[in-house]
Amino acid sequence: MNYLLHPLTLVTFFPLVGVLILLFLKEEQRTAARWVALVTSLITFGIALAVLVQFDPQNPDLQMLINIPWIQVAGWNITYAMGVDGLSILLLLLTALLTPISILSTWTAVQDRVKDFMIFFLLLEVGMVGVFLAQDLFLFYIFWEFTLVPMYFLIGIWGGGRRMYAAVKFFLYTMAGSVLMLLAILWLGINQGTFYVPDLMVTAPNIVANIQIWLFIAFAAAFAIKVPMWPLHSWLPDAHVEAPTAGSVILAGVLLKMGSYGFLRFNLGFFPAASLKLAPWLAILAVIGIIYGAMVSYAQKDLKKLVAFSSVSHMGFVIFGLFALNLQGIQGSILQMVNHGISTGALFLIVGIIYERRHTRELDQFGGLWKIMPIYGVLTLIVTLSSMGLPGLNGFVGEFTILLGGWGAGQPGGSYGSVWYTAIAAIGVILAAVYLLYMFQKVFLGPVTHEENKSLKDLNWREIVMLVPLLILIFWIGLYPQPFFNLMGPTVEKLVAHLQAAAVAGLP
Amino acid sequence: MSLNILFTSANAILPIVIVITWATVLLVVDVFIPKDRKGLTALLAGLGLLFAMVVTILRLNASVTQPASAFNGMVVVDGFASFLFVLFLLSGLLAIILSFDYLKRTGLEHGEYYVLLMFSISGMMLMATAADLIVVFLALELLSIPLYVLAGFAVPRPESEEASLKYFLLGSFSTGIFVYGIALVYGATGTTSISGIVAAVNSGSAQQVLLLIGAAMTMIGLGFKVAIVPFHMWTPDVYQGAPSSVTAFMAVGAKAAGFAALLRIFILAYPSLSVNLTPVLWALSAITMILGNFVAIAQTNIKRLLAYSSIAQAGYIFMAMVPYGDPQVSAQCVSSALFYLVAYTFTSYTAWAVVIMLEQAEGRGLNLDDYAGLGRKYPLLGFAMTVAMLSFIGVPPTLGFVGKFYLFSTVLEGGFNGLALIGLLTSLVSAYYYLRVVVIMYMRTGEPVVSRERWVYYATVVTAVATVVLSIFSSPLFNWAEQAVLKMF
Repeated sequence: MNYLLHPLTLVTFFPLVGVLILLFLKEEQRTAARWVALVTSLITFGIALAVLVQFDPQNPDLQMLINIPWIQVAGWNITYAMGVDGLSILLLLLTALLTPISILSTWTAVQDRVKDFMIFFLLLEVGMVGVFLAQDLFLFYIFWEFTLVPMYFLIGIWGGGRRMYAAVKFFLYTMAGSVLMLLAILWLGINQGTFYVPDLMVTAPNIVANIQIWLFIAFAAAFAIKVPMWPLHSWLPDAHVEAPTAGSVILAGVLLKMGSYGFLRFNLGFFPAASLKLAPWLAILAVIGIIYGAMVSYAQKDLKKLVAFSSVSHMGFVIFGLFALNLQGIQGSILQMVNHGISTGALFLIVGIIYERRHTRELDQFGGLWKIMPIYGVLTLIVTLSSMGLPGLNGFVGEFTILLGGWGAGQPGGSYGSVWYTAIAAIGVILAAVYLLYMFQKVFLGPVTHEENKSLKDLNWREIVMLVPLLILIFWIGLYPQPFFNLMGPTVEKLVAHLQAAAVAGLP
Repeated sequence: MSLNILFTSANAILPIVIVITWATVLLVVDVFIPKDRKGLTALLAGLGLLFAMVVTILRLNASVTQPASAFNGMVVVDGFASFLFVLFLLSGLLAIILSFDYLKRTGLEHGEYYVLLMFSISGMMLMATAADLIVVFLALELLSIPLYVLAGFAVPRPESEEASLKYFLLGSFSTGIFVYGIALVYGATGTTSISGIVAAVNSGSAQQVLLLIGAAMTMIGLGFKVAIVPFHMWTPDVYQGAPSSVTAFMAVGAKAAGFAALLRIFILAYPSLSVNLTPVLWALSAITMILGNFVAIAQTNIKRLLAYSSIAQAGYIFMAMVPYGDPQVSAQCVSSALFYLVAYTFTSYTAWAVVIMLEQAEGRGLNLDDYAGLGRKYPLLGFAMTVAMLSFIGVPPTLGFVGKFYLFSTVLEGGFNGLALIGLLTSLVSAYYYLRVVVIMYMRTGEPVVSRERWVYYATVVTAVATVVLSIFSSPLFNWAEQAVLKMF
């Protein structure tokens, strides 16, 4: 039974301990519920750090593997398989970090049904961590689909005015992609005789070309909706705007990464030949997303919508980098996933902070806040600059590496042969500066135009504490990203070699 | 028939004998039970079912390894039959738990209720053992006639009478078609026994066209029982009009019994007809899934919603039969259908138990709006209903998901990718109306009125928890479903 105490099992299921304790609390015990959830998620973060300590960055393969037979009937070979490698270690840490921060953000924002909120939140963490660690497609799908349920409740119960519409739309939209993926998973399980990811990495690339392309599309449908890629993004603004702050943070910070992670591990890993063939198309969609997201973002009057659409643009970069299919592109893409989780997560926290004070998110309602809330202003400025990719901060490193990868994508081993993609994507960086600075200027600069704003309180200790870890990371990744690249390097190199082998062999 | 054969045969089908005998005795005993203490009848009926269940379980291994044939090969008690025995007895027990308080509350308390329930269960069990079309017919009548009566149990209520009459008329009609089908099969092959039909087909003496028409008619007759489109017309009205506890039982028991007969007859007797019948099955299951799910969207009454949902669910199970002619997949057709029936049983009873707790006199409390605020006021009931809805959709971690996974993999293994896609996309459609129930329960405010009788409450929570837990530890159930069909062929 040692797999029960295996670090990966622990880090995934530890939040259930908190859920169990919460079940025994009374509804009135709000503070206790908050503390239980916070402590549980902090311990989970601690376990995630322990996983990091044990993690060997030199090793390109899956580490700390668990592989235990689970359902072995009907010719299936379903296992309880968990593992971590360079592709997932950073995302695991990101999830484990953002969860306690999000819980901290609900301290005063959520007053209604606190206990239930925390239960759903911890369940969500189980699902998210599971998605990144599962190494069996059946298990992966269970975690993947399970994350829908708590998020659906978080939006639907604690959300804004149109929460029911947003919750159902979120659920149905995501499920639409998932069922196609399920079909592909079943097909793989039946025809390849296994659901075990490392085995499929070996056998799936040999699937004949036209089937491989269909399978690629089926997986891509699920992931593209989750990311979300243009034109499948329309659920995102609704879900983000209606979700409570903590929900938005997790949604942007982690749930969207599940999509790009899926592309990375499954689409590139299982179907390298199809990836090479379809990469230009995905790159086009990504580039459209970058420009479209940025332009729509600029047009928003609602702060949260603005940040939500900026996600479409930023995640476009992530996909663009992935489908450069070379070392820089993929490394930059993974780093950018983390960056986006940090920066956009922080932006949502910042929006939540002001919403809690003013109960509005309209840009017109603000102006001149810099004078009233100086600490808030400084922190927001740093996060904004990080999100738009100012050199020295994290966003720059990710985007620059991605653009390098995109530029080099025409070289042998790359896929789409024109630097035009990169050129257009780079415009997105400029546009990001436009809409983010516009936002900053509208909210913080100029005279104080609204009487209500004059009495706003600056950040309290709790709010500073929840932003500081993110700010540290913003500087750390911006100034010295090497440790982060080191963690993923060998695994990405192996993946690129995998892709190159397929490029040499051609479509089966 | 010599007495010796009679005894060994009766011994082979001992669980059925127990249920029938117990029911007959209970009919007499009930006369002596005072009117205000009918709980005793319920208890006795429950004990009878429990006894039969214990006997079944004790013989489980034997039935799997050495199927017992009885009554000159008219019935066979194999792993398949004993699997379904357990399912029927379990659903009978749950039905009794759900009924007792409900009947008292709605003023329908009569001892015959439980006796009729037991007779119906014995018919279902007989259905699972049938190795001869005549026995199928007998079992069909034995299970249906008590249900006709039960559907009209709320007798002064016109909807209940309507339900009973409608069910009876259409049911008799379909049985007529079924019998005519048997006659044609007999005409084509000279026998009604399943092994005889196969032998006639193999020797080339069977008349293929006549056999095909007969087979199609038997399918229609049973299709009516399991409520697949276009033989589903009765379902919403009957499900709505019948007392909810009867509906809960009907939705599971009658459906599972219909599938028991369909599976055994098709896979054992008609494999030679698969060239002609598979496209028909394909089309029927596709339209059942599509129509059931789309029409359910428009429902505002929970009983009608669950009725259409049960039609859609029948479409999913029916889907498992489509590749039945492929000898490599046919065993999995049966085991995946069995597995899904278990998932469906738990899920369906959970949902119906919640419905029963919310139903008030004169049919109040049955609108979806009456569920507003349930999740907040009664967290466990809200949880149970949510689990049921997610399981119906097929969202993990619920049995419904694992069951659908099994069904779809069967269909894919048979090579019917298009049908699997239709099934998955209609699941997506179904998510819309199932989630609406959840939305109303959790995201609207309201003051739901709930009659929380202890046992019903426990049953709800236990079935809901089982739906989740069994999905994670599903290996034993999978193994059982696989073992059950090993000696079937």
